[in-house]
Amino acid sequence: MSSQVPIATGRSSTGIPTGKLAVWWVIASEIVIFGGLIACYLLYRFRFDHWSGFAGKTDTLAGAFNTLVLLTSSLFVVLAHQAAQRKDTKDAFKYLWLTIGGGFIFLIVKAYEYTSKILHGYTFTTDNFWSFYYTATGLHGFHVVAGMVIMAIISFDVRKGNNLHRVENIGIYWHFVDLVWIFLFPLLYIAK
Amino acid sequence: MANLSSSEALSHSDSGHDTHHEKMSFWSKYVFSTDHKVIGMQYLFTGMFMALIGGFMVYAFRMQLAFPGEAVPGFGNVSAGAYNALVTNHGTIMIFWVAMPVLIAALGNFLIPLMIGCDDMVFPKINRLSYQIFLLSALVLIASFFVPGGPFGGAWTAYPPLSAQAKFNLTPLGAPMWVIAVALEFVAFLLGGINFITTTMNARAKGMKMYDIPIIVWMIVIASILFMASVGPLMAGAIMLLFDQTLSTNFFNPEYGGDPVLWQHLFWFFGHPEVYVVLLPAMGIVAEVITVFARKKLFAYKTVLYTTFATGVISFFVWAHHQFISGIDPRMANVFTITTLLISVPIAEMLFVYIATLYGGSIQFKTPMLFALAFLAEFLIGGVTGIHLGASGTDIYFHDTYFVLAHFHYTFVPIAIIAVFAAIYYWFPKMFGRMMNEFWGKVHFWGTVIPFNFIFIPLFMLGMAGQHRRIYNYNHFPDLATPELQNLRIIATVALVIMLLFQIPFLVNFFVSMFKGKKAEANPWKANTLEWTAPSPPPHGNFKVFPEVYRPPYEYSVPGRKEDYWPQDSKD
Repeated sequence: MSSQVPIATGRSSTGIPTGKLAVWWVIASEIVIFGGLIACYLLYRFRFDHWSGFAGKTDTLAGAFNTLVLLTSSLFVVLAHQAAQRKDTKDAFKYLWLTIGGGFIFLIVKAYEYTSKILHGYTFTTDNFWSFYYTATGLHGFHVVAGMVIMAIISFDVRKGNNLHRVENIGIYWHFVDLVWIFLFPLLYIAK
Repeated sequence: MANLSSSEALSHSDSGHDTHHEKMSFWSKYVFSTDHKVIGMQYLFTGMFMALIGGFMVYAFRMQLAFPGEAVPGFGNVSAGAYNALVTNHGTIMIFWVAMPVLIAALGNFLIPLMIGCDDMVFPKINRLSYQIFLLSALVLIASFFVPGGPFGGAWTAYPPLSAQAKFNLTPLGAPMWVIAVALEFVAFLLGGINFITTTMNARAKGMKMYDIPIIVWMIVIASILFMASVGPLMAGAIMLLFDQTLSTNFFNPEYGGDPVLWQHLFWFFGHPEVYVVLLPAMGIVAEVITVFARKKLFAYKTVLYTTFATGVISFFVWAHHQFISGIDPRMANVFTITTLLISVPIAEMLFVYIATLYGGSIQFKTPMLFALAFLAEFLIGGVTGIHLGASGTDIYFHDTYFVLAHFHYTFVPIAIIAVFAAIYYWFPKMFGRMMNEFWGKVHFWGTVIPFNFIFIPLFMLGMAGQHRRIYNYNHFPDLATPELQNLRIIATVALVIMLLFQIPFLVNFFVSMFKGKKAEANPWKANTLEWTAPSPPPHGNFKVFPEVYRPPYEYSVPGRKEDYWPQDSKD
């Protein structure tokens, strides 16, 4: 199995490192996926007045807390990037895991929300509003989990002093996941 | 930049690409390879295999239309359900598992690193993963042919509620498997596309500036960006449709406040740019082939590039011309008629540029050139008939008739069949290090292009007579079962069988030439682009010395030079 890195990977005609460039293109493709879902939600939302009643049933406080958690985790990933830039692998490792911790808290709160909604009888198929609620937050949650897994893998690499530039790449991705939540939170929780 | 190139030279001489990879086992060399050329070939052969399946399907349902109710040799009786499944999967396969993998993935993988002068894609492992996901998607689709209830039969556009509810489509397993297969295929092409874009942006040879990039590389990259920007909403839509099918949500179910037309918007917001996603690489192939075989500089490189950008942008604003009778607002129909007519301008401009390139050239009628010229002529018919469908007035009459079907086959067959054959005949020496047989190539050319017109001109006539598309036995409709109309169907079917039979000389020529053909030199066509400076076939790592680029790619017949070509990497 060839494990050599091709010469192509090291080239940089644009001056932007290839890994970072790829992360931006991944985000570009993700924006249209979430954008499509959110656009569908909005089209329905403008049509059905009764959805505001359902939106009133979502737990705004839990959502606000989760927003705070995600924003704080984004701060940690920036600190991890700073640490990686000054080659402080110990600090970078620490801040990456603080970010992952933020992801954990987010998911725990999310799980609590899902449980209480289902116990109140608002399941996946109760109404299209709830189908959108679970699909959008579920897809977002899936991205949170994916980010956490990738970050964990990178953190152990970073602790050994390898691939420090990847801290920035995963940071860009994490900010994106954060940003999607910034759209979902007002659309699903605040707007009544 | 200086230390970068010295480190390149160092790592290249250190690693000894060529010798290192001789020892690899069959599995690691051909199945799990990360080499862009091997992955390109994997896509090519998978696409050719899927084309055989798609071709067999069209044989079965065209025979049913020509001779309704009679057993089709090699298939048996075609029931109404089987007919629907055949047309659905024919369309799906030909677009997602033939046109996309061959035009974008196979050519992109094989050509981009060679044409921009580097050794591989920037992310070889992601490249391999992309093919593996693609292969999985093909296997899921093929598996859906054998599940209880049969394969999905709700047309390749999969409009709900027919596609969303098993009580309508009667394929409780086939329909979700179809959606999963298509979604996996999208993921594969997103991964591949990111590789194409980043490789072209970052891994170009020293000296290769924006306007030195060969047109086909531009086209594949722009097509990848178009695909990426348009497929997202449909990805979201596919998730919603899958949930409707399997978890009984009601996203598209009108009984519970869902909107089936929303799916049409999501589908065509992707579906129309998708036409340009496959068209652009075909246009790129033609640009490469006609400049080489007319020995002439591309008439207007920048014009081609700018019209491509224009096409890409406008292609996002034309989708609703597929929905003029879906109950959309007539004022919307006006807007989309105008945008649709607008998009024909840059495409026509591109065709004029190619014709101007031919003018005054010393044209050599080699097989790739014949296919490239046939592309221009046949695609022109496809484009011109598209005007009738883009204008809402005529489209309301033509909607869902065979006129539509003949129109888009006059675009897709030149794209996915004729241009692809031009590419295969042209790059075969580089791919396999041997030449294909010219005589059998020409037999294949005439045997493909003439029957092609005899298939679809009758279908245009049937469509103008008002024949609806989705009927499996016209004997059930006495006014459509007249002898005149039935004769047209028989002509189309006979022509189709002839066209399919003429693919046998191609397959024989392809596989015999691969092993027994005349050995090809590095640059058999005397072309300028960088792939021809590498040995045929290129070894792992492609180039012995990485080329530097000194000039644009189409400097043919430059006055005052002894040779009529001027390779991009030659210093003087």
